[in-house]
Amino acid sequence: MIVGSQKPIDEIWNMVKDKKKVLVFGCNTCVAICHAGGEKEAETIASLLRMKASQEGKQMEVSHLGVMRHCEPEYFDPVMNDVTKFDIVVSTACGVGVNFLSDRTGTVPVVPGINTSFYGAVEAPGKFKELCAGCGDCILHLTGGICPIARCAKTLMNGPCGGTNKGKCEVSNEIDCAWYLIVERMTKLGQLDKLAQVQPPRNWATSRDGGPRRISLEHIAEYEAKEEAKAGK
Amino acid sequence: MKSGSTLEKVIASGKPAVTAELGPPMSADGHEVVKKAQLLKGFCDAANITDCQTAVVRISSIAAAAIAFQNGLEPVMQMTCRDRNRIAMQADLLGAAALGLKNCLCLAGDHQKFSAAGKLKGHPGAKNVYDLDTCQLVGVLKKMRDEGKQEGGDPLEVAPKFFIGASWTPMGDPIDFRPINLMKKVNAGADFIQTQGIYDMALFRKQMEKIRNMGLHEKTAILAGIIVPKSAMMLKYMDSSVAGVSVPKEMIDRMNKAKAAAGEDKKKMRELQEQEGLKITVELIHQALETPGVKGVHIQAIEWESAIEGIVKAAGLYPRPQV
Ligand code: SF4
Ligand code: SF4
Repeated sequence: MIVGSQKPIDEIWNMVKDKKKVLVFGCNTCVAICHAGGEKEAETIASLLRMKASQEGKQMEVSHLGVMRHCEPEYFDPVMNDVTKFDIVVSTACGVGVNFLSDRTGTVPVVPGINTSFYGAVEAPGKFKELCAGCGDCILHLTGGICPIARCAKTLMNGPCGGTNKGKCEVSNEIDCAWYLIVERMTKLGQLDKLAQVQPPRNWATSRDGGPRRISLEHIAEYEAKEEAKAGK
Repeated sequence: MKSGSTLEKVIASGKPAVTAELGPPMSADGHEVVKKAQLLKGFCDAANITDCQTAVVRISSIAAAAIAFQNGLEPVMQMTCRDRNRIAMQADLLGAAALGLKNCLCLAGDHQKFSAAGKLKGHPGAKNVYDLDTCQLVGVLKKMRDEGKQEGGDPLEVAPKFFIGASWTPMGDPIDFRPINLMKKVNAGADFIQTQGIYDMALFRKQMEKIRNMGLHEKTAILAGIIVPKSAMMLKYMDSSVAGVSVPKEMIDRMNKAKAAAGEDKKKMRELQEQEGLKITVELIHQALETPGVKGVHIQAIEWESAIEGIVKAAGLYPRPQV
């Protein structure tokens, strides 16, 4: 899932303070799980903004709303008429949601209510951990299922740097060294020989370095077109 | 000869090689490099020119290496993977070769957050690159030199002829993997290796035994890293905080004893500890060179380049061979 955390309320306030009608718009999937931007959090932000407005003596109407997903039109299409009645929308979806919604709200600005941080998992209640960086060319089969791109501070591909200290990364002793874990895991799996191979320079073009990426599934598009044609007949 | 560098020739001669280290200044003061080069010249076969070590901005390794070279000191230009992508790295390598530089040491580099262990502001908010890692950079240098090709495959009419080095932390975590780590660097094309500083000679020798069993000592020239200790405090810090370095308790005790002998006299405290540090260094050099498979020493007198002359002489490694 995508993990983020709420922006400080003052930062959000600065984005909306000159508007009269404000919508805080939550997304009830990933960012709800990480307690950053679901409908419940949107409601909290809305009431904080109302308090702030009254403190500052500003006339401001603040509402909140939530839908299941901000990254597929079918979920927010039904509420778009309401959404575009506001002067500004604070989306507490991840950055994907903010981008996607922005494209569809005409002259109504959409601003971010959270900082989108990473692709991660729920390690323990309230604890989230980055595990993948969406590099576009997965090599987890070579590293025992532990990602050196997302989890090594230097995205090293050929083993630990000299900074590994008692299993921790040189960046902080709160962070596990990914390569320490990889070696440990591959030893357990009896696959240490795989780590002995030199991994050549990567083609980073599959990651964000190649420019924004798109995946299109022709067969799905064709199928949908056929279905639509059938329905049209 | 792969590069024809002095370092390569000394290693080929079978005599123990000596490298030292020159840290470029954190300002545009080229004279500082000249001064340090003069202190080291003649007392080592080549000196590493660090590449923004501890992640703080200094005169670039390539520029400082060129200054050292013009002043008669053979440099080992260090190149970290932190700050440049493969385009910038190869461009710098071509430039360095065109300037006459012949040795290059590849290393990952301290993370940008390091900022001289928090002693300086540094640039912890910098974006790091790591387009390549150490093994891959070694491979790129080899491909350029031996195949006359850039990493992407475009031909090089004049190939840069570098003697290719890599760093190695023999006692780093996970310790059983470190020999494999070295093997990968050697397989990628490392002609020589400089190790992280060694104080625990017994443990280093255990690792070297594994290296000999793998035959790696014959495929690459391993230079044992010796970091000149200045004080008991420094040794304690190295032991507790520097990755891959452990300092035997007896060595710290020895330094403490030297310190205690000065009584309350601060100046004397420093002098006696430095003297003891130099003695320890010479002993470590001898022990390293007696270790089978070790081809030389890499002596780092951090911000104390003036100590190198005395150390090299006391260790019986002076004069350096004329090759
Ligand atoms: S290798 Fe790439 S796709 Fe696979 S987990 Fe790591 S970042 Fe994600
Ligand atoms: S200590 Fe480990 S995780 Fe941190 S940069 Fe080095 S190899 Fe990567």
